[in-house]
Amino acid sequence: MSRPVIDIRDIAFAWKQGPQVLDIPAFRVDAGERVFLRGPSGSGKSTLLGLIAGVLAPQSGSIHVLGEDMSALSPPRRDRLRADHVGVIFQMFNLVPYLSVTGNVLLPLRFSPARRKAAGSDAEGEARRLLARLGLEDAQMLKRRVSDLSVGQQQRVAAARALIGAPKLIIADEPTSALDADARDRFIALLSEEVARTGASLLFVSHDASLAPLFTRAVDLAAINRAMNRAMNRAGAAA
Amino acid sequence: MSALFSLAWASLLNRKGSVILTIVAVALSVALFLGVEKARSGAREGFGNTISGTDLIVGAPTGSVNLLLYSVFRMGGATAEVSWPTYQKIAAREDVAWTVPIALGDSHRGYRVMGTSPDYFEHYKFGGGQQLSFAQGKPFDDLFDAVIGSEVARELGYTLDTSVTLSHGLGAADLGSGHENRPFRITGILKPTGTPVDRTVHVSLEAITAIHVGWESGAKNPLADTIPEEMIRSFDLTPKTVTAIFVGLERKGTILTTRRAINTNRGEPLMAIIPGEALAELWNVTSVAERALLAVSAFVIAVGLVSILTSILTSLNERRREMSILRATGARPHHIFLLLVFEAGLVGFLGAVLGIVLIHGLIAVLAPLLQAQYGVAFSMGAPGLVDLAVLGAVTAASLVIGAIPALTAMRRSLADGLSVRL
Repeated sequence: MSRPVIDIRDIAFAWKQGPQVLDIPAFRVDAGERVFLRGPSGSGKSTLLGLIAGVLAPQSGSIHVLGEDMSALSPPRRDRLRADHVGVIFQMFNLVPYLSVTGNVLLPLRFSPARRKAAGSDAEGEARRLLARLGLEDAQMLKRRVSDLSVGQQQRVAAARALIGAPKLIIADEPTSALDADARDRFIALLSEEVARTGASLLFVSHDASLAPLFTRAVDLAAINRAMNRAMNRAGAAA
Repeated sequence: MSALFSLAWASLLNRKGSVILTIVAVALSVALFLGVEKARSGAREGFGNTISGTDLIVGAPTGSVNLLLYSVFRMGGATAEVSWPTYQKIAAREDVAWTVPIALGDSHRGYRVMGTSPDYFEHYKFGGGQQLSFAQGKPFDDLFDAVIGSEVARELGYTLDTSVTLSHGLGAADLGSGHENRPFRITGILKPTGTPVDRTVHVSLEAITAIHVGWESGAKNPLADTIPEEMIRSFDLTPKTVTAIFVGLERKGTILTTRRAINTNRGEPLMAIIPGEALAELWNVTSVAERALLAVSAFVIAVGLVSILTSILTSLNERRREMSILRATGARPHHIFLLLVFEAGLVGFLGAVLGIVLIHGLIAVLAPLLQAQYGVAFSMGAPGLVDLAVLGAVTAASLVIGAIPALTAMRRSLADGLSVRL
């Protein structure tokens, strides 16, 4: 059996002086899996992604990402792990406004020698190839300012950026919520195809349950997060 | 490192408008500072170049700076004179190679008149040993001949053989109380020297005596103008006094003993100064004002640097999202820090470079004008050590100042994590 890409055990997390947001006994993503994590807004999705990406640390429990125990790593080591092995796509406004389309795609290579190496000697060519696979091959379009691109185009640029240099894990946080249904399905199809091709794992988070069939596995955050259940029970009891 | 540098550059280009304004603010402050510095060093250089080859200047006892100012720079006036026999005694000393006596006190339309001997044109040297040379004509020969400096000729439009009259004292206007009855003929025009010589009318010592015939009481005798020129020429026109004496020595080694001998002269009290030493004393006096000026312009640079800080700090809020994106794509906190420090450093560096270019351009264009109008000399030439030092200091200070917004952004990006907030 392959080593899990994400392996979470008994983690608990609360923001300073706030109520507990996450209390997850177990959650794992195996290599090559494309997992759909469903959760309504405010369910702690972004917090969970922050924990997995290593910018937050849980108060208790353990998170292993690619075999590394995140809570045992120093913040700089966690940063390095993310830089080398994790690609991130946000809901919107993914791009650095002062960089070109390819400049944005190449951004992770500036911070990670490992991904620079994986992207090969012709990094720009690799960026253009990824963009083309995601349906962005118009040379004119590549020259435009990123703020002039449509939201759908921006998200595909962000996907190419997450994919460059073959990271082992892609985290996507509601990347399709600003897209219409057609663009959304096409985006997910293209992303899945590229993820499958590179052999990476995908953790795709959305509130939209109708997307679940497009992934190899779907998980409901409410089902694995006990903090959420307790909060709902309290609310139910009060009603 | 270089990856961040190009990132900083791209980020600045993206905010061209406000960045250019900040760069201009820094550039103006740097240009002001360098302008003050160059005017200062130019003045020093100009003063230092005014006299050379003269070992001692002798006059009646006064302040050494005062003696230097009135004898060489035609500023202020003498309170007492040196008698002719005393002058002859000094000229006859064995250790003295040459002497040039000068007599001051009259003027011509705002330009000082100096009575001297023809030796002046041979022994007076400026700018590290250059001799005076004639653009036109020759030294004065006749009693009523005059040699004028280049600026006098240019400003007043005089040519050879122009007839001029002198006025008594230093008043600018010829108001009747002058020597208008004793016209001089211009026989020589000197080449420009960049020294007070350019602004001087030179006549013979005898001429000074001649035009003061009838002035023995200190004011003009009403009958003075009735004395015919032929009669004056027949008088003994040996001067009774001179204002100061330029002295060249046989051997430089005796300069201190000679000075001591003159200073302790029995009979008429005298004062001998070494020009370079008196100049150093003058710098001591002016350095307080110079330092104040430099301090003020240094503060202006500080204001320029603060404008860098302001522009970056105000941009931080709208760039919060950008920082999160950078973090998500693998930037570590120190990358965020360096990015902003580099931006500040680049703005400071570009501002300083622009400021240096600006002041050198301005000096190249305006220096001749300033020199002609106000006699302010700027040190010209390619950017030198001072410019490099200012460039280095401003860049370093910008980098340090950039650390303030950089730390803020770094801390914020740690708190924000990956959740991009609007």
